[in-house]
Amino acid sequence: MGRRVAIVGAGMTKFVRRAKETGKELAYYAAKAALDSCGAKLKDIDGVVIGSAPDTFDGVHMKGEYLSCGAGAFGKPYLRCYVGGGTGVFSVAVGWYYIASGIFDTCLVVCEEKMSSYQPHPQGAFLTIFDHTTERPLGPNLLWIFALEMHRYMQTYGIKKEEIALVAVKNKKNALDHPAAQIAQEITVQDVLNSEVLCYPVQRLDVSPVSDGACAIVMTNEYLARRFTDKPVWVSGVGWCLDTAYWTNRDLCYPRYVEEAARMAYKMAGIRNPRREIDVVEPYDPFDYKELHHLEGLLLCDRGEAPQLLVDGKTQRDGELPVCPSGGLLGVGNPIAAAGLMKVIEIFWQLRGEAGKRQIAKKAKRGLAQAWGDLMQVGTVVILEI
Amino acid sequence: MKNFFATPLKDEDFKKRNFCYEAWIGNCFYAWDCGKAIGRYLEGLKEGKILGVKCSKCERIMVPPRIFCEWCFVLVEDFVELKDTGRINTFSISYITWDMKRLEKPQIPAVIEIDGASPGYGILHLVSEVDPKEVKVGMRVKAVWKDEKEREGKITDIKYFKPY
Repeated sequence: MGRRVAIVGAGMTKFVRRAKETGKELAYYAAKAALDSCGAKLKDIDGVVIGSAPDTFDGVHMKGEYLSCGAGAFGKPYLRCYVGGGTGVFSVAVGWYYIASGIFDTCLVVCEEKMSSYQPHPQGAFLTIFDHTTERPLGPNLLWIFALEMHRYMQTYGIKKEEIALVAVKNKKNALDHPAAQIAQEITVQDVLNSEVLCYPVQRLDVSPVSDGACAIVMTNEYLARRFTDKPVWVSGVGWCLDTAYWTNRDLCYPRYVEEAARMAYKMAGIRNPRREIDVVEPYDPFDYKELHHLEGLLLCDRGEAPQLLVDGKTQRDGELPVCPSGGLLGVGNPIAAAGLMKVIEIFWQLRGEAGKRQIAKKAKRGLAQAWGDLMQVGTVVILEI
Repeated sequence: MKNFFATPLKDEDFKKRNFCYEAWIGNCFYAWDCGKAIGRYLEGLKEGKILGVKCSKCERIMVPPRIFCEWCFVLVEDFVELKDTGRINTFSISYITWDMKRLEKPQIPAVIEIDGASPGYGILHLVSEVDPKEVKVGMRVKAVWKDEKEREGKITDIKYFKPY
């Protein structure tokens, strides 16, 4: 499978509702922090991957090119990749094949999102994902698809709102220990159930916020990794998969595309029993039910069983399978592409024992980050190990 | 990592222009061609019919129609008339607009599995003429059409679906 690929450095900005900094400036802070974290200079970098979501947010055409100088891509081979919400994790898969193929020895992966520019609300930028002829004339808003999927999931397996709300409680609390977090807070299940109903069954506290922010990592091969750090973290598996865009023809109760992406990554990493072999996991949680949905898609529990793991406390930081120890999108924030890379960075820090107050109780050797996006359609998975 | 940069601004700063910013209203205007399959679908709607397509290979009956089967990757040319009734696969009760304003009367978007299509094949539409509290997954619904004269070959030629 080509050269072994390592992540050797990571950096990120704070996630905030509205940043004074431009996208370019945010990209710079994250990229610089990642380089500094492993003593690398821009001249050490052979190629740059930028992950960023729709141009519509920024009102800037060819946003990748616009961001490139801030992301350290000046005078270098550069590629922007984009699969909606799945971008942050996908960008690591792109960086992986840059290095694994041997075309580059080092690569900087930068994910940036500035959602706040879109007025009056960034949700408007998402409206164009609905089919222009058969769906948009019905006047949809973005929450519809989540609400429809959440309801289908609850209905199929008989899952209660009270159980799902525990995800929001856990993640927002975990985020209290994350120095970059936007909406960390201590809340109760009752707070979630009492929050404003937006699109039943989705309520205000079920949803991650609108955010600005950026993240970056430095990737290299097995020959150079130890020049940058004593503790390289290896990318042992990557996977991604797309389901059909005819989303009303699928059973929304189960994310089959996440399963396919996970199987691809498990196979590459030589993992036969993920429930035993994955120590810590950061599934994508833009909505609380998505964390549960994705744990099932990742084959880390049976279908409809994820809420039980949560109720039993197994997904807490001191549990058998810590889930979203970072605080996730629900707590740290959701600058789309950057949020996915934040999850990869959390696993990187957890495996190196550098997660500070967020450090999980068990000794972790192998972790997984997953993201999801497009029209409830794409699954992206990265497996890291030390 | 110790220093996490980014300067958070408050909504108030933005409204009061406590810092400088530039604004622009884009003028985007699009006209989308309907395509072959959806073109036929829209013509059907104008006639008060819901059309699907049948793949000659896997025999799936799909709606909305498409000119290819994405499983078999063959051309699909066989249009079939479906019923204008179906079953609610999942639904939501939406209290907000896209820009987060409250709606006075909630909307009920739903995925409706259309009778005559393969099981599980639905379309996105709205449900109405029902108390939101009464709507259930699995409920039988029927299309409420616009008057024939008012139909113009759009998805909105079906005003909504109602329980029957």
